[in-house]
Amino acid sequence: MTAATGIGARVLRTEDKRFLTGTGRYVDDLPLARATYAYFLRSPHAHAKITSIDISAAAKMPGVVNIFTGKDLVDAKVGGLICGWVVKDKHGQPHKAPAHPVMAVDTVRYVGDTVAMIVANSYDEAKDAAEAIKVDYDVKSATIDLATALDKGATEVHPEAPGNLIYDWEIGVKADVDAAFAKAAHVTKLDLVNNRLIPNAMEPRAAAAEYDKGTGNYTLWSTSQNPHVLRLILSAFVLGIPEHKLRVVAPDVGGGFGSKIFCYADETMVCWAASRVGRPIKWTAERSESFQTDCHGRDHVTHAELALDKDGKFLALKVETIANMGAYLSTFSTAVPTYLYATLLAGQYTTPLIYANVKAALTHTAPVDAYRGAGRPEATFVIESIVSKAAAEMKIDAAELRRMNFIPSTAFPYQTPVALQYDSGNYPPIIDEAMKIADYKGFEARRVEAKSRGKLRGIGFSSYIEACGLAPSQVVGSLGAGVGQWESAQIKFNPTGNVQVMTGAHSHGQGHETTFAQLIHDKLGVPMDQIEIVHGDTATTPFGMGTYGSRSLAVGGSAIVKATEKIIAKGKKVAAHLMEASVADVEFENGTFKVAGTDKSVPLAQVVFAAYVPHNYPHADTEPGMDENAFYDPANFVYPAGTQICELEIDPETGTTEIVAFTAIDDFGNIINPMIVEGQVHGGIVQGVGQALMEGAVYDKGTGQLISGSYMDYTMPRADNFPSFKLGYKTTPCPHNPLGVKGCGEAGAIASPAAVMNAIHNALAPIGVKHVEMPATPLNVWQSIQGAQRQAAE
Amino acid sequence: MYDFAYHRPKSVADAIGLLKSKPEARAMSGGMTLIPTLKQRLARPSDVVDLGGVKELAGIKVEGNNVVVGGMTRHADVATSADVKAAIPALAYLAGHIGDPQVRNRGTIGGSVANNDPAADYPGAVVALNATVSTNTRKIAADDFFKGLFETALGEGELITGISFPKAEKAAYVKFPNPASRYAMVGVFVAKTAAGVRVAVTGAGATVFRVKAMEEALAKNFSSAAIKDIKIPADGLNSDIHGSAEYRAHLVGVMARRAVDAANK
Ligand SMILES: Cc1cc2nc3c(=O)[nH]c(=O)nc-3n(C[C@H](O)[C@H](O)[C@H](O)COP(=O)(O)OP(=O)(O)OC[C@H]3O[C@@H](n4cnc5c(N)ncnc54)[C@H](O)[C@@H]3O)c2cc1C
Repeated sequence: MTAATGIGARVLRTEDKRFLTGTGRYVDDLPLARATYAYFLRSPHAHAKITSIDISAAAKMPGVVNIFTGKDLVDAKVGGLICGWVVKDKHGQPHKAPAHPVMAVDTVRYVGDTVAMIVANSYDEAKDAAEAIKVDYDVKSATIDLATALDKGATEVHPEAPGNLIYDWEIGVKADVDAAFAKAAHVTKLDLVNNRLIPNAMEPRAAAAEYDKGTGNYTLWSTSQNPHVLRLILSAFVLGIPEHKLRVVAPDVGGGFGSKIFCYADETMVCWAASRVGRPIKWTAERSESFQTDCHGRDHVTHAELALDKDGKFLALKVETIANMGAYLSTFSTAVPTYLYATLLAGQYTTPLIYANVKAALTHTAPVDAYRGAGRPEATFVIESIVSKAAAEMKIDAAELRRMNFIPSTAFPYQTPVALQYDSGNYPPIIDEAMKIADYKGFEARRVEAKSRGKLRGIGFSSYIEACGLAPSQVVGSLGAGVGQWESAQIKFNPTGNVQVMTGAHSHGQGHETTFAQLIHDKLGVPMDQIEIVHGDTATTPFGMGTYGSRSLAVGGSAIVKATEKIIAKGKKVAAHLMEASVADVEFENGTFKVAGTDKSVPLAQVVFAAYVPHNYPHADTEPGMDENAFYDPANFVYPAGTQICELEIDPETGTTEIVAFTAIDDFGNIINPMIVEGQVHGGIVQGVGQALMEGAVYDKGTGQLISGSYMDYTMPRADNFPSFKLGYKTTPCPHNPLGVKGCGEAGAIASPAAVMNAIHNALAPIGVKHVEMPATPLNVWQSIQGAQRQAAE
Repeated sequence: MYDFAYHRPKSVADAIGLLKSKPEARAMSGGMTLIPTLKQRLARPSDVVDLGGVKELAGIKVEGNNVVVGGMTRHADVATSADVKAAIPALAYLAGHIGDPQVRNRGTIGGSVANNDPAADYPGAVVALNATVSTNTRKIAADDFFKGLFETALGEGELITGISFPKAEKAAYVKFPNPASRYAMVGVFVAKTAAGVRVAVTGAGATVFRVKAMEEALAKNFSSAAIKDIKIPADGLNSDIHGSAEYRAHLVGVMARRAVDAANK
């Protein structure tokens, strides 16, 4: 295809024109006539009984239209919010499923839990009225600290989950793993915390809803990554509005990182209340609300052990993790630390035996769910940290130990001991390339030079694997998922030859409008400016599963390819008729149908026109119109892999870390738009480095107040924290999807925390520092150095 | 935010008049602190008196041995002023490292100093350079101005009209930024002026403070070696998730040494 705009071309993003000129249309931009505005009164306490709520004064405040509390929902028989993935514990019992009322009824369970909804003529009036609502709280002790949440005597978050335990889950055979450990020449042990993160999408969550009294139809605009799934949940489980009477629109959405997958209380309330209020309702979260109520990410406490033989070959891996669920089970929370985490613990290695035990715990904190990478960053951090630690302990080069244990390229498809079957990959050339680009050989000299400037220089590896492109429906169904994981596409040509392509995926920053158009351009030869990618509206797009888990291209793009095949097949029939040839002789290339071996040809646009104005048409076996749809259910996950190398310098006087070089070599399968892929990798690395060095959600361990509740205290990574990244690719195409693509959206965030922390440990090892937890803030690093110096002095 | 009446006077006299006639009125210069405070409903002024229209308050002048910065002067203007760069480069450097470009183009020296945030940068310069704060009624010496956490010597309805900084023979400011907010977690301004050597620390305590032991040592020998053994007690220093009191005490030493080295360059 034309190299300028087809597959493989660095096409500038179509959508950026409107984003960069301020003409994007986000939920908050919607001009809704007669709109009212909602404000949510939220719990100031981590745990309290609500003894009374008095709204009488507030209801009389100027501009107030309506006030709703949890009791109104009970009276209206509104269902609770759901967790859509049933994880069975090690005894085969489904996880504990505590009630999750849309608004608190008699108990609040985290700072930010929803207590009342105030609807008024203006946002400020709603907020004024909220201050006049009198809530009497009987404040109780709260369970905040994850490490002790499962201890005897910890305050229980829900009566349905005794001891705060949601499940005690395992994978692998513990006895076999123990036997392998008994024979090991070396065992490396590691305790680590995977720090809790707050997603911080640029656009806060927002919702608006309108009820049409005449038809009984609801429209909900929401900052959703998956509008069809949101509609399904609201219809089938929460509000009971039939699916065909509820339209969900996710217009331009400013970032999600997972946090906008889930069905939240706020949007549920806005939708429900629209019919009661009788006017449209708008709501946009304030940034402080986003900090408190967006689902947080990560938050694990883990103990891991790796058994090695005398040469460094991995014999077995044992992992015990406590995963924080927060105060309620969010939509996919249960799956993240199990099927998206423990199944990844083989990494890139041939470790023959793996056992993982995961306990999910409730705490009086915001719900925790999928966040960029979802489980896979946590798994990668465990593996890549313990591998580097083992290398240091056994005095084997960190790259060499990895290489020695890589799954050989000849072993694919490779069945891991933790359920997944890797479809393809070739890891050694990736690490070789990364080491070359990072000039690994020259590192020692750079370390010495840095020392002369008083800096401690370190280098760290992270060789990651991830399973994404979610997912084969049968597989996820057998593991407890409540939905299928296929994707849909519809290619609708217009009589004038341009085309609308409807996808069930949703773009909230990923650039689908460009990448998917490149696919259409490449496969059908339609010029880029004749292609419109339509997404995010249940009324105009076929049912789709949305965007998360690096699935849009691998699954959604594959559906588009299938639909293009249908267009071509139908077009051939029409073209054959027009050219008076037999269908078998018609070929399609560069947007033109040709009769093989002749100079007869007819362009696709003409075929499309004939299909809509079928005066001369093969009516006997061909329907008019050029409008095809396709659903694609993947045969397997896709398995992007790569190696990152981070090089950094620490100022031991202040504990400050500066990243001086960062290399990432990835296998993403075939690449449609390298510029967009680079953007995804850059953003991912930055988010992962943010986790490693800066970000951390901190709750007061006694009161459960969110201390890191604003940008004054929650450190976001910024451009000046980074050098230019060095990126590269070593491609093995995915063998089971038609594009040969893997996913690239999460890889950067999955791999980078371990690369950074391994570099930190490498830098600090010479001065005796054994372990630094994330985030390795200046304070944290300085304290670790102080601790090592104190120990050395003793 | 709550409702309030908005005024934009053209002179200091009119501004004072408004502030005096409305007991719940608040002055606003760049609004960089005041607006977020209003949006979070942490303040409820009846009236906001915007000083943005008061021309006489903005601008930088060199008067003899002093650089006089008007109360409404934006950080960006101080950072890029040729006069400031020539007379006290450390002051221009300080202003250029406050917040981000948006903040520097709105925030003002008067607002910053009047607010006296414990993590603000300017108080370090005001004290180390032994500056004089002018108001509509009087002149206040730096040492008498900063009283405590968000507390100053300013009275009700008293406005900072300008701050006069004596030129320094040597001066430097070194800031260890809070990783999240990038305000000063510890900032040390070291200056050698006609009044002697001063070491002022911001960010570490409830308000800016001087380190007399360092000043004495540096008066004898203006080199970082002279202060390398001076330990700052952690007692009473700020402590939060970004820095314990011990860490801040340690950083005061490190930043002070780096500031002296920078001043000697
Ligand atoms: C994102 C961000 C980052 C920042 N980073 C830094 C930083 O790194 N270092 C730093 O030092 N500061 C920082 N600041 C603060 C900034 O420098 C402003 O100077 C400070 O917020 C004061 O703002 P302002 O000048 O706009 O005053 P305003 O917000 O308008 O006023 C602040 C207070 O001072 C009073 N006031 C204003 N002018 C006068 C006057 N002339 N006389 C008497 N009282 C007056 C007001 O009534 C009000 O109480 C930051 C601010 C923001 C928003």
